[in-house]
Amino acid sequence: MKKNSSVPFSLFDHIFKPEKITLKNGHTVMRPRSRTPLITVVVLLVLLFSIQMTGFNPSIIIRRGSQLTKILGQIFQPDPSYFSKVWSPLFETIKMSIMGSFIGCLLALPFAVAVSANINHSKILLAVLRVILNIVRTLPTLVIASICALVFGLGTFAGTMAIIIFTFGVVTKMLYESIETVDMRAFEAMEASGADKFQAFWSAIFPQILPTYLSHCLYSFEMNIRAASILGYVGAGGLGILIDERIGWRDYNGLGTVLLSLFVTVLLIENISRFLRSKLS
Amino acid sequence: MQYNQTVIEKYEARPRVWWLYTIIVIILAILLGWSGSSIEFRGVTAKGSEVASGIFFGLIRPDFSMLFTTAKEGVPYLLVETVCIAILGTVIGGILALPFAFLASYKLMPKPVAFITNALILLIRTLPSIVWALVWIRVTGPGAFCGVVTQSICSIGMIAKMYITAIEDLDTSILESLDASGCTSFQKIRYGIIPQLIPNFISTIIYRFDINIKDATTLGIVGAGGIGAALIQCINSRRWTMVGSFILAMIILMLIIEFFSTRIRSKLARGQ
Repeated sequence: MKKNSSVPFSLFDHIFKPEKITLKNGHTVMRPRSRTPLITVVVLLVLLFSIQMTGFNPSIIIRRGSQLTKILGQIFQPDPSYFSKVWSPLFETIKMSIMGSFIGCLLALPFAVAVSANINHSKILLAVLRVILNIVRTLPTLVIASICALVFGLGTFAGTMAIIIFTFGVVTKMLYESIETVDMRAFEAMEASGADKFQAFWSAIFPQILPTYLSHCLYSFEMNIRAASILGYVGAGGLGILIDERIGWRDYNGLGTVLLSLFVTVLLIENISRFLRSKLS
Repeated sequence: MQYNQTVIEKYEARPRVWWLYTIIVIILAILLGWSGSSIEFRGVTAKGSEVASGIFFGLIRPDFSMLFTTAKEGVPYLLVETVCIAILGTVIGGILALPFAFLASYKLMPKPVAFITNALILLIRTLPSIVWALVWIRVTGPGAFCGVVTQSICSIGMIAKMYITAIEDLDTSILESLDASGCTSFQKIRYGIIPQLIPNFISTIIYRFDINIKDATTLGIVGAGGIGAALIQCINSRRWTMVGSFILAMIILMLIIEFFSTRIRSKLARGQ
């Protein structure tokens, strides 16, 4: 297929004929009509439909905005006496994300190799594995967590399982995309000199993807801290239980304490992980 | 196998950082031991295996009457509502992020202003969207509108951050050449700045839309509209065929949107 701008919109050019411009030397060139008006109209229609559909009504915010400032005002005055109750769920959240990230990343490595088109040449196996991966990857974390809570009972184990599944999906996707762009010549050379597939992968491809893999792992750990903090909302352990409880009791000062400790933790872990990632690259 | 002498020598002289590996392994072991301490496996609940098989068969044999109906409880309506929440949330977030991005750029603003705006962006980015939704629900009441407002606010953080990179990466030599050829300020903005920023901005917004779609499906769990509320209800009341149809529809929707957004964004990046 020819890669020029008119390919995806060829129907458009049939309806809105390109403009013919005669140059000074007598040649004529065709200038396709601008797509901007059409795109603008489509975007506006979609927006109007969305406004209809969601009952979008900014006047509510203006009318009841004082409610928000009241809540936010209380959140920004955290209740220091509540800190003593935050510690244990906070550490639970961190523990869940460390364990979940570690196991999830470990499981992702062999699976990512198996779904890379340049290493796995069986088309059928590849298609089946990718469908499984896509199902795992597109499920929202909270849905996974609520299913885990039903299967494994309420508590940290369900949360850890949910994080493992979630990490597995994300890291596998990122990793197989890196594996597919890897330099294959070393792999082929090793296979040609008699190494089997595993040996060739271990010495030719693994060193190439190792820094990317570790960086993906750290990145997923960063995300998991934030994800783990809400899992408690469906009963899977951690800070989410407290968040749900404080909001239910309208104790926004206590909520402020929970959010402040979460904020500081996320900030700390993000900075450590960013430092480690910059060392990797 | 017989190796060349130099190969063996080089191999023996390879850099060895075993002490680094040891430290990493020790740190990892300590972290894992610590985190394993409070995660206890108490076995599968009595109904656990039933739940697992229910979901498995629900995915294989979904409730087709839910998939093809236009009723308000049907899958198509809820999916469209979810998409609408994500669209409006992303667009409004993208617009709201503009002033934030300019205010947070250390290149354009005095240091204190940029610092405060950056702190605000960080705050918005770190708090989970569910928390924002729970706070906003007190203002707007439950429903799709709450989801829109929540997503508009939550999107600001990431979008503004990516806008800032786009603004700071501006190629200013183009402005100089426009200056040299005698352009007015307005022309410089129109032909020098906007064409550089727009593709970046649109690409950012589409990327965020991808994230927001996934997020919008979970916001329903706290009552902010979209497919999440119905899905969680079905999970809790163990109607697995309905759960199956919801999950299947969500997976298909997200794969379609991901496919198109990746194509549009790679097109924008190639700049044609």
